[in-house]
Amino acid sequence: MTDPHRKSWLYRPENRGKLWWGFALVLAATVLAQLAFPLHGHFGFDEWFGFNALFGFASCAAMVILAKVLGFLLKRPDSYYDDDA
Amino acid sequence: MLELLLPPALILVLGAFLIGPVRAPLRPLIVLGAPLLTLYAIWQMEDGILLTAQFLGYEIQLIEASPLRRLFATIFAIMAFAGGLFAFRQAKWWELAAAQAYAAGAIGVSFAGDLITMFLFWELMAIFSTVVVWCGGTEGARRAGIRYATMHLLGGVLLKIGIEGVMIHTGSIEIQPIPLTNFDGWLILIGVLINAAAPPVSAWLADAYPESSPSGSVFLSAFTTKTAVLALILLFPGEQILIWIGLYMIFYGIIYALLENDMRRILAYSIVNQVGFMVCGIGIGTEMAINGAAAHAFAHIIYKALLLMSAGSVLYMTGRRKCSELGGLVHSMPLTAICGIIGALAISAFPYTSGFVTKSMISQAAADQHFTTVWLLLVAASAGVFLHAGIKFPWFVFFQKDSGLRPKDPPWNMRAAMVLFSVACIALGVFPQWLYGLLPYPVDYEPYTASHLVSQFQLLLFSGLAFFALLPLMKRTLTLSLDTDWLWRVAGFHLGRGMVNGLARLRAGILQVADGLWRQLANGPWRHGALAYQSTSRMLSWALLVLLILVSAKFLL
Repeated sequence: MTDPHRKSWLYRPENRGKLWWGFALVLAATVLAQLAFPLHGHFGFDEWFGFNALFGFASCAAMVILAKVLGFLLKRPDSYYDDDA
Repeated sequence: MLELLLPPALILVLGAFLIGPVRAPLRPLIVLGAPLLTLYAIWQMEDGILLTAQFLGYEIQLIEASPLRRLFATIFAIMAFAGGLFAFRQAKWWELAAAQAYAAGAIGVSFAGDLITMFLFWELMAIFSTVVVWCGGTEGARRAGIRYATMHLLGGVLLKIGIEGVMIHTGSIEIQPIPLTNFDGWLILIGVLINAAAPPVSAWLADAYPESSPSGSVFLSAFTTKTAVLALILLFPGEQILIWIGLYMIFYGIIYALLENDMRRILAYSIVNQVGFMVCGIGIGTEMAINGAAAHAFAHIIYKALLLMSAGSVLYMTGRRKCSELGGLVHSMPLTAICGIIGALAISAFPYTSGFVTKSMISQAAADQHFTTVWLLLVAASAGVFLHAGIKFPWFVFFQKDSGLRPKDPPWNMRAAMVLFSVACIALGVFPQWLYGLLPYPVDYEPYTASHLVSQFQLLLFSGLAFFALLPLMKRTLTLSLDTDWLWRVAGFHLGRGMVNGLARLRAGILQVADGLWRQLANGPWRHGALAYQSTSRMLSWALLVLLILVSAKFLL
């Protein structure tokens, strides 16, 4: 394979770990930033440490799982409607 | 007021008429010039009722200007320009003409001072948006266009019945908040909500839009749903039911987009999702919420058009539309990828993009009203937007795996339109006061506080973590997802076919029986028996006897 794109930095397996570590650092920084800049919420609970991080992750996980479960019910081959005439 | 009032919608209608007949080299001039002239006309108008006429014995107000109406008309004109720029060298001239007439309808609705004028321009949109769907040019587009037209004509009928009810019961055709106290109000609400892609008929949008041409979906994403948003603001501000309808649309859009494989259908579902935010804001109904809904509509039109331009470029250059067949295009289509990512960040309300300064006004309004559940759902939905549109679209199209495709960036006019709207997404994010100055109510809101930035970064980046952590659960499959359109595409179809077959069988049966009777009449005992060769008078007396029995039976019963 002389394909230049295969060698792209982003896709090399050995860089996967580095990418994840970099991402983890950014994630940690956004949570720790809360120590320097206290949040001003409206309800109280939205000022808890890491509330947005946890809520964002949990709600996304819930939506992905809900979509997965609904998928068993709703998914059909994409030729499903092709023979309606 | 007599000094040269140019009705903005009329300019685009004339443009639409001219695009076909003029010589091909002049077409770009009209496609691009008419929207700019319209924009100029929109900004020349003062507030108030500017043009009236007599129609069916009513005085109709063809043009009524106000800051809210001007805001929507402005973005519609900008959209007609940018969409024209994206399309004019690739699209057929009839698509360009239809799109311009469609934009004229949207701008006509924006300035409609009464319900009759609104309805007329509403139907103009329905007709020419159908033509834009048909310009997809495939058998799928033809069928989707028929389903689309049926849905919108049905919505138009409901709207018209409601409007007539209001005219009869109140004697007024003014556009003003309509109370949901009787049937008329509900019918108007339902007619408008059909255009907003509200449940239970949200499916029409994701059914029709992805079947249009690469440029067609760019036009379609802007006008129909956002005129419905404007109509809701004008007619039903603060109706609480809209909060829940909006929230349903938000989560419907996210879940269906997560299941979807067609890149433009993902974006179509996310239109329903984004319009849900606006509908929810209109339901909250405070000045902050209405400002938020209007601002979000403005910002949304730009970034959604940008996303569909990016997807349209990929489709135009590769001919492929399924995420499972795409991937790794960032290297050969860098500009398309960057513009797509900017659109994706804007829809996700990333700081320093347009979505950040508009969507947050709606959740702020929910917080101000202490609607805890609504606020929590809106925040969860913001995270979900990043998930289904912000990351999913760019990831599966431009990164993911190497699909082996090496398309170049699209032609210059498509690139120029994408760059224009990318700049607009960022400019609105960095200088929100430009947009805030155009809103219907004074804005007392500062999006860029340290607290807001930190919480938004946390929310979005951890949504990103969820995406990559749960990526195995989101493996692309060659599937579509059943929706309520199953009812009219399958159940309704079989019911209709069953009825037609049943009627045909009934007809055949009746014919057979009649035929048998005729044969018996012709060949039966009549011919040879006692009753054969009867005189007419004998026949008549038999008939009289039967009649007598029938009449006496009638009197006795």
